Amino acid sequence: MNQSSMGTLFCHAMFKEIPIYALAVFIVLASPQAFTQTSSSKSQARAVESASAAPQLMQPAELAEIVRSTKRGRPLIFNVGYRILYLQAHIPYSEYIGPASEPEGIQRLRQRIQGLPHTQSIVVYCGCCPWGKCPNIPPAYKELRNLGFSNVRLLYIADNFGKDWVDKGYPVAKGE
Amino acid sequence: MKTKVLTAVAILTVIAVIATRHWRRPAEPMRSGNAATHPYAPDFSIHDLSGQTLQLSRYGGKVVLLNFWATWCAPCRIEIPRLVDLQNKYGREGLQIVGISLDDDPRPVHAFDQQLRMNYPVAIGDAKLAEQYGGVLGLPVSFLIGRDGRIYAKHVGEADISLIEREIKSLL
Repeated sequence: MNQSSMGTLFCHAMFKEIPIYALAVFIVLASPQAFTQTSSSKSQARAVESASAAPQLMQPAELAEIVRSTKRGRPLIFNVGYRILYLQAHIPYSEYIGPASEPEGIQRLRQRIQGLPHTQSIVVYCGCCPWGKCPNIPPAYKELRNLGFSNVRLLYIADNFGKDWVDKGYPVAKGE
Repeated sequence: MKTKVLTAVAILTVIAVIATRHWRRPAEPMRSGNAATHPYAPDFSIHDLSGQTLQLSRYGGKVVLLNFWATWCAPCRIEIPRLVDLQNKYGREGLQIVGISLDDDPRPVHAFDQQLRMNYPVAIGDAKLAEQYGGVLGLPVSFLIGRDGRIYAKHVGEADISLIEREIKSLL
């Protein structure tokens, strides 16, 4: 048996055995979220989902475009992370609320949204930690949803604000 | 034909996913050679948790691992016990680890320090200090400073401790 027919036989054997399982893996793994989220961040998303609705994620590129745009109707952008990180760099037009993992942060969030219509477009971000390990996003989202705000999106920051926003050249403001 | 193409793509996808899941973000490589290519670590003077003055330049002649961290940072909490071990192991040979917490509130830092029995100076940093080091926008971040005061490596995110240990040994 020559090499070419052995090779053909081998490929046939491989393709006979693998396709179903490989296709299943491909379907499961080929979704964009799988490439950008780890299993721990999936459990993070599940925790966030416990606020009775699947969270809407926003990619940094999309928010950067909105921030650069001079069009009216920009969403409110809340930073629910840590002050020292916010002071070094934050998204222009974002408001510092404070860590939503702490009672004081939740209190400030409640105060800020008082009087706002429940349809107000709000984007929440932190950027302290890898997505699956951020302690601030889930409680902030849960609080907003529990208070009836339906138009809330979470800025998806995979690793940290430095890497996923600043290093990408997106707009940055510093200080208070 | 289509099935074969899809299968090949699926296999490559699996390989890629497995590779990326186990890929550890590489540190900025420790460059050997001409020391002049390495910048000096910016000096600073702050108070540590016990109220003593902590000035970086006082550690001149030692190998310093400057570690930015915070109590709310999960990877930091994993990393710090390993840093404690390194300090124990190489302290006599000239290693000095310095911890700079970026917590907004010092109270959990004190508690954490006692809980983990951190055996190196810990101080509360601020945005100004973080900016001196190029901005610290994700934690942990560690700078490895040689005996000459120059920065030889920077590690962002949960570090490969064995890599850091090798780097420390090469500088000691």
